[in-house]
Amino acid sequence: MNTTKQHSASAKRRVTNVLVHVFLTVLSLIWIFPIFWVVLLSFREQKGQYITSFWPEKFTLNNYVKLFTDTAIFNFPRWFMNTLFVAICSCVLTTFFVLAVSYCLSRLRFKIRKPYMNVAMILGMFPGFMSMIAIYYILKGFGLTEGPMIYLALIMVYSGGAGLNFFISKGFFDTIPKALDEAATIDGATKWDTFSKIIMPLSKPIVVYTILQAFMAPWLDFVFAKVIAGADPRYYTVAIGLYTMLNKENIMNWYAPFAAGAVCVSIPISILFLYLQRFYADGLSGAVKG
Amino acid sequence: MAGLKRKQRIAEFPEVIPVTEAIQKGDIFTKLTCLIMGAGNFARKQIIQGLLFLAAEIGYICFMVFYGVGALHDFMTLGTETQSKVFNEAKQIYEYTTGDNSQLCLLYGVVTIFVTIGFILLWRAAIRSSYIGQLAVSKGNTPITFGQILKELKDRRMHHLLMSFPLLGIVMFTVMPLIFMILMAFTNYDRDHLPPGKLFDWVGLENFGRVLNAGGTLGITFWKVLGWTLIWAFFATFLNYIFGIILALIINRDGTKCKSMWRFLFTLTIAVPQFVSLLVMNTMLQEHGVFNLMAKELFNAGPFPFLSNATWARVTVIIINLWVGIPYTLISVTGILKNIPAELYEAAKVDGANAFVTFFKITMPYMMFVMTPQLIVTFTQNINNFNVIFLLTNGAPATDEYYRGTAGKTDLLVTWLYKLTIDNKDYNLGAVIGILTFILMATLSLLTYRNTGSYKDEEGFS
Repeated sequence: MNTTKQHSASAKRRVTNVLVHVFLTVLSLIWIFPIFWVVLLSFREQKGQYITSFWPEKFTLNNYVKLFTDTAIFNFPRWFMNTLFVAICSCVLTTFFVLAVSYCLSRLRFKIRKPYMNVAMILGMFPGFMSMIAIYYILKGFGLTEGPMIYLALIMVYSGGAGLNFFISKGFFDTIPKALDEAATIDGATKWDTFSKIIMPLSKPIVVYTILQAFMAPWLDFVFAKVIAGADPRYYTVAIGLYTMLNKENIMNWYAPFAAGAVCVSIPISILFLYLQRFYADGLSGAVKG
Repeated sequence: MAGLKRKQRIAEFPEVIPVTEAIQKGDIFTKLTCLIMGAGNFARKQIIQGLLFLAAEIGYICFMVFYGVGALHDFMTLGTETQSKVFNEAKQIYEYTTGDNSQLCLLYGVVTIFVTIGFILLWRAAIRSSYIGQLAVSKGNTPITFGQILKELKDRRMHHLLMSFPLLGIVMFTVMPLIFMILMAFTNYDRDHLPPGKLFDWVGLENFGRVLNAGGTLGITFWKVLGWTLIWAFFATFLNYIFGIILALIINRDGTKCKSMWRFLFTLTIAVPQFVSLLVMNTMLQEHGVFNLMAKELFNAGPFPFLSNATWARVTVIIINLWVGIPYTLISVTGILKNIPAELYEAAKVDGANAFVTFFKITMPYMMFVMTPQLIVTFTQNINNFNVIFLLTNGAPATDEYYRGTAGKTDLLVTWLYKLTIDNKDYNLGAVIGILTFILMATLSLLTYRNTGSYKDEEGFS
């Protein structure tokens, strides 16, 4: 009697387990489907948006070849280098800004500290690109919206407001014991020494997180880049470039190359992101507990 | 109340001397500093500081005389002379005379005001610096030299060194543009008043009246778009949250194998840039897209109007947003779910509760308790969720019912703002929408931030 009951319970558990795994498999297939679809598209021979069968009749590498060689209208290699250049420059500035501000807010006590944090909170509540047009006119006023100055404009836009994104890294600095600073001060270290020689080496995870986050921003943004680079395709970043490939007049010929470009951009971003993920999870759970 | 707060601030930072005190107790040189910046520093033999302050004052005065006063005047009037056509007898052609450009008047006015604010801060610093020098002399010390100040930047004044460039960036690329844009809400800068051809002018609160008045087309559009924005934000937040928790529970339950593989598969979608995944989704959902193709091949059904019918489109964006949002919930709740005390579940099991009862009586209440602040933050983020709507539907389906066809049935306030400013050049209306969105966000945020422990007791940790 007892054994049959145990037997039926374990059978029931096994059925549940099988059901759960089937459910997860189906769901994850649905989840992966759009990504799989992009990859499939990029190897498809048919160029346009209208397809007649789910599985491509013929696979080809031509879309990738076209993307990198047919640069008359859409100069993808150039866009890639543009984005890389802007990303590296703004990454350096942004990282410095974010770390400097969050360290000051976490460790130093000065008069504008509280007002600064309150103002940052208020500024964060305005729709992000409400000021976009105004930024464009200000940059235009400085003559930064023509020719190669667009690079400088983009770098300044991506790193200009960085001092407001201090929440995660400040939270991180808050968790480093203050006793370390005090000990350093007793030993005669200046605050600069404490910052550069003690706290920074201890904060590698947040430094890496900030660098990667800043590096990724120009690859993902298309709103600001579109407004600033305007009508000059030579200074597009990959995001706007790919976005214009899907215009009504281009989509017939460029849908498949778009997918190829998307794959090329997504691979490095995905790798960076998956690497970032552990910091991301830690940062969030830390913020909630705090 | 404000006075009390001020006193507290002074008590907290005793080394910061109030400017009023410096002027009252200052000697003749300190008082002279109010007129000639740097005078006090020269008297105390701090030549370099004195020269720098003096140079700043001269620079500011020159700026104001040659430029600033005119800019402020234009800022008040926003330009008086319209660009006009004049017939040139000699060349036998019409030539345009350059009139005033209201938009530049506004911009330069704002810049002048910011320069003035910066100068006032510098002026206060000069008086303080002079008074501090005076105190040092009266105590028999040597006043601080320029070299010492530079050295202090690495120690006692390190926040000056580290914060000044980021602050400058914020003022130039966030605060100033925002003020510029907010001011536009009080003008008639729309598609009918575009400089340089035409001038625009201050109109006070008229735009707010037009947008909020539910009688006109503009008002109807605003309230309807606002309604949809709130519905969207509600579903986008709570459906993602609940389904995300359920998925996390399923992955984390004891019997599930390969937990990290499942987590990897579901979070892979975050790794793909949204402009790629959502643009592709858009083409997949079209009439001849792959979803309709599959529906036809597999079930011989359709085509479904995923994005062309208003109700369909609204449901579709909410469902697609599940695809976007659940992975984020999965990442953020996994750690917290593990913190739920196991005794609670064991007790429930002993009492014979099934999975549903445990979920609704234990898991959800616990999660809601821990994560309510974050949920409200997510809610406000969803109100401003530009990417999903813009890339997926771009507001479509369009409707004539809305103001001059500027908004579609799935447009949120932010995407409508984008279309008003970028596509239609109704800058004043865009600015009004932005300000109203801000008020909405601020109200929601005040409800939470004020009540969270981390705001009240920041020093609690460490």
